[in-house]
Amino acid sequence: MSEKPNSKPQVRAPRVNHETKPFWDATAEGKLLVKKCNDCGENHFYPRSLCPFCFSDNTEFLECSGKGVIYTYSVTRRTKEPWAIAYVTLEEGPTMMTNLINCDFDNLSIGQAVEVAFVDTGEGTALPFFQPA
Amino acid sequence: MTIKGKAYIAGIYEHPTRNAEGKTVPQLHAEVAKGALEDAGLTKDDIDAYYCAGDVPGMGGINQAEYMGLNLRQIDSTETGGSSYVLHVNHAAQAIATGHCKVALITLAGRPRADAKDQIRVRPGGGAPAEYGFEGPFRPTVTNMYGMAAMRHMHEFGTTSEQLAWVKVAASHHAQYNEHAVLRDVVTVEDVVNSPIIADPLHRLDCCVVSDGGGAIIVVAPEIAKQLKRPGVRVLGAGEAPKHLNGGKVDLTFSGARWSGPDAFAEAGVTPADIKYASIYDSFTITVVETLEDLGFCAKGEGGKFVSDGNLISGVGKLPFNTDGGGLCNNHPSDRGGITKVIEAVRQLRGEAHSKVQVPNCDIALAHGTGGLLGSRMGSGTLIMERGDA
Ligand SMILES: [Zn+2]
Repeated sequence: MSEKPNSKPQVRAPRVNHETKPFWDATAEGKLLVKKCNDCGENHFYPRSLCPFCFSDNTEFLECSGKGVIYTYSVTRRTKEPWAIAYVTLEEGPTMMTNLINCDFDNLSIGQAVEVAFVDTGEGTALPFFQPA
Repeated sequence: MTIKGKAYIAGIYEHPTRNAEGKTVPQLHAEVAKGALEDAGLTKDDIDAYYCAGDVPGMGGINQAEYMGLNLRQIDSTETGGSSYVLHVNHAAQAIATGHCKVALITLAGRPRADAKDQIRVRPGGGAPAEYGFEGPFRPTVTNMYGMAAMRHMHEFGTTSEQLAWVKVAASHHAQYNEHAVLRDVVTVEDVVNSPIIADPLHRLDCCVVSDGGGAIIVVAPEIAKQLKRPGVRVLGAGEAPKHLNGGKVDLTFSGARWSGPDAFAEAGVTPADIKYASIYDSFTITVVETLEDLGFCAKGEGGKFVSDGNLISGVGKLPFNTDGGGLCNNHPSDRGGITKVIEAVRQLRGEAHSKVQVPNCDIALAHGTGGLLGSRMGSGTLIMERGDA
């Protein structure tokens, strides 16, 4: 795989609130979490206090393997430093928005196996980017 | 309870400007309102309901109602992005059908081009939505969010850039006859696919124009419509639906039209085969392809084939669409194209479209709006209308 310097990520710290603090705290330890519903058994993303499928408040965070596949992506090219936005479908089910990094933007494909690659924001959190597995 | 036959579109107006330097946003709203009233043959004091969305400055529509000196029995500022104004026609028809008003005004206006020049940018506000931290850092833009939908559609159904390009080609064939259109040159499939990629797989010519201006619509009760001289346009049915990321069960190959379309067709009592003309929201070429599938003009995944070979060109293909040139070539005022979709459909039903693009015997037409982002969350609105006096 050819590495391109322009696939380095731009890091913007996320906004954190009471509902999402456990998720972002875990990112600092290199852990990717989704929310699991103890009533209907479905996992969801982004994490909410109430399950968006059955409205149960019996939800908890679940640590993910960090592995997934590209659902879709788009490289923004008409700019000085192109970037690849993507949705990645996690092994645990939910599909999440991310950026693809450490990759050749001209050799990405839908269905490709990827893994989480956290990048420190310098503010006690890390962004869950993904790279080819 | 239904809106079928209970409300009429009596007035329309599209602002001729595409660059509104020297005009304010409230002024543009008032100018389009005045234009639509004159078209209908009504006066400001006939208006008893006002509908607007996030492009109007102030608290809902109240500040703008004050600017225009309106005294109202009903006000509604439903905000679903560019589709808002299609929903407003539905809401106005509902209010008329239940006796809550008789003459409803809908306006859209904005000046993104002039604002960019003046370096002012005022956007509808509100608190940060819950998903913000999970999306903002990854730099979603309008183009890459539609690009991701197009990439997935291509992956699942084999849709090609050339097929998407046909949507722009058809729009350009219509825009050549519109003296107000931003882009009037007829383009080819090659022109589109050879224009630079903005965000995969969308080229510059897959994207709509940026323009200033606006438009207005007057919806009235049958007893008011009876007194007016303009050709009648009857509301037959409407549907609306939001679509979002569904807790992470993401499917970007369809739009909210999958739900708003069937509701509108059921209420109208017609099928896609009855539609002689369709205004389809065209923020990007992919928006049209997915919407046509979802509305049932062709099977899911067949949209690329359906739009090819000029099938959307008036006088050439089976489904004439966006005969004003649409958002792709004519006008996307305030980055919102919903109102111009309704306006061109009304022109077609009145027989007042440009003679080169007028659909013969155009008795039933559809207008569809898609607000927000095909790649995450959107508001969809479908409206079906027929020619006919009250
Ligand atoms: Zn649940």
